[in-house]
Amino acid sequence: MGERLVELAHGGGGTMTAELIGVVREYLGNPVLDGLEDAACVELSGRLAFTTDSFVVTPLEFPGGDIGRLAVAGTVNDLAVVGATPRCLSLALVIEEGLPFSTLRRLLSSVQETAQEAGVVVACGDTKVVERGRGDGVYVTTSGVGEVADGVDVSIHRVAAGDAVIISGAIGLHGVAVMAARKGLGFASPAESDVAPLNAMLAPLVRELDVHAMRDPTRGGCSAALHEIADASCVSIVLDEAALPVPEVVEGACSLLGTDPLEMPNEGKALVVVPEPAADRAVELLREHKYGRGACRIGRAVERGSFPLTLRTALGERLVDAPRGELLPRIC
Amino acid sequence: MGRMMLGAEKGYRDEQLARRILDRIRQEADARPPVNLMEVCGTHTVSIGRYGLRRAMPETVRLLSGPGCPVCVTPGGYIDAAAKLALDGVTVVTFGDMVRVPGDTTSLEEARAQGGRIAVTASVTGALDIARAEAGEVVFLAVGFETTAPTIAAAVLAAEREGLANFSVLVSHKLVPPALRLVLDDPDCAVGGFILPGHVSAIIGLAPYSFIADEFNVPGVVAGFELIDVLAGIEALVRMTAAGEAGIENAYPRVVRPEGNPTARDVVGKVFEPADSDWRGIGTIPQSGLALREEYATFDAARRHGIAIDSAEFPKACACGAVLRGLIRPRDCQLFGTTCTPQRPVGPCMVSVEGACAVSYKYGED
Repeated sequence: MGERLVELAHGGGGTMTAELIGVVREYLGNPVLDGLEDAACVELSGRLAFTTDSFVVTPLEFPGGDIGRLAVAGTVNDLAVVGATPRCLSLALVIEEGLPFSTLRRLLSSVQETAQEAGVVVACGDTKVVERGRGDGVYVTTSGVGEVADGVDVSIHRVAAGDAVIISGAIGLHGVAVMAARKGLGFASPAESDVAPLNAMLAPLVRELDVHAMRDPTRGGCSAALHEIADASCVSIVLDEAALPVPEVVEGACSLLGTDPLEMPNEGKALVVVPEPAADRAVELLREHKYGRGACRIGRAVERGSFPLTLRTALGERLVDAPRGELLPRIC
Repeated sequence: MGRMMLGAEKGYRDEQLARRILDRIRQEADARPPVNLMEVCGTHTVSIGRYGLRRAMPETVRLLSGPGCPVCVTPGGYIDAAAKLALDGVTVVTFGDMVRVPGDTTSLEEARAQGGRIAVTASVTGALDIARAEAGEVVFLAVGFETTAPTIAAAVLAAEREGLANFSVLVSHKLVPPALRLVLDDPDCAVGGFILPGHVSAIIGLAPYSFIADEFNVPGVVAGFELIDVLAGIEALVRMTAAGEAGIENAYPRVVRPEGNPTARDVVGKVFEPADSDWRGIGTIPQSGLALREEYATFDAARRHGIAIDSAEFPKACACGAVLRGLIRPRDCQLFGTTCTPQRPVGPCMVSVEGACAVSYKYGED
């Protein structure tokens, strides 16, 4: 007998759907979810942060992580970078007919481990099954709710000239790992994705310092995130090329593919912008956490100039253009 | 395969060394008339933009971009033909930088959105893998200079050996030396020295460039792509032009041997032969491209799928032809940054990430 696969009937609402939900609950069961109500009821207090994100990645499993860990960490990080304490998530799975149950179980186990690590509860969820050929294995959507403590105001609109720009560690690893894992791209790399929930790393900064802005540089990498911050706060940001933590595996892959490490996606890094006097302490606090060991200052905000984002190189300064979308390897 | 940066390569980005070389270039250049140096290769154009070298040069050393971005000079009609193949059910496999490039009427990106099957790869082996795994027709877009031609020739030989009947290549390979001759033949040519392409030279060696010095009395230096490599190439050219020396030097000996790579050339010569070729923005240059030899006609996608590539009329206001010949800077074109941007390119130099205009726009060069 072959491997057990998800079938269309698993999405039909009958006993087979109950079986599929049973598998989900095996991994993610908790008092809220197990109530199986149409909506989860949870106790929260104060100002709430609320976010949602959909995850589509090929392949589903890549060196350093998988779509399950990505879906939890991605939403947890979106909450954490506005200074919120993530509390609960929803999890919606759109499964392509033919996905092996063994794969689904690995992804769910990964969701469970990452949620536990981040201290969040999967409070509600949904499963749908679509015909073979109409999805890439599985699409995952997570929404998340977090609590924002009184007085916390972390916003991409708050950056001022003179602020220090910090990154929590090496850039570009997720992008390189996923591109290398993609079939037919004809390129190999030892890079592993950095995908990780960052709330435990960022919470001490929010508690102790007046953090002006944070952003997780995912799609579009640091370049896109810093452009967004610069535009929202009407400042320019100047990066110091020599300070950028670009690992050799990323540098090598980028020079091969003709892409810029600043445009490569990250899934376990945070950009943190703080007033200059708090910068050293912010780096110190980040480095106390295992995901922030490589934290360092990479630049600063200045009065708005002709370009939102520039890079100080060995010999001068050049602008860093906003990325345009799809990362495409070049000819030679 | 490409150039993975090894630990040792890091030294070629040493900032202090870079400043010292730059100081020497400034000293040498101060005491002499201005000179225009042309970097021929698109990868050099990107390095120069990325390190801000155009602006860092003394006033008497002006860096111009040449015709060496293979995506830029690929005719629009070729791209339209590839897009049509994809829409006709053929799997079209390509290097990524071709995807967004507009043809005369469409692009691969547009064809993909309309349901065409376009697969992106970083090497031709990706296309072979697809052809092995699938029954349908697979066409690889064979573009690029002497650097990419050997791997594609090897892929054609592999397909022949394995009897891969569903694999073919749509060829638009270009050769560098004929393009240099075109630049030099222009009566208005103001190029005083060439920064010659490192990867291309690793294949063809130094001999094919000798006409630059012998016939035109212009020096050329083969250079690598890291900061120190490019600066070392510029320094050598400034020294040679100051002394009135015209010769071909190799400033990239860790990769380029004077004789090049005869094995790679043999593979290319087995599969391809020189042919006249159409350069976007420039027109047809005699014997400046490669065509599959008759013995390998079965792997010629143009024949197999009955494709005729049209040359469209070039937009009149676009000055790419002059940019590619080093006659003007990208910014001197009246369309630059207004009607012609990387989002909506008009001319070939804006279409590719390695095009002279796109690099100038991206890095905010003067």
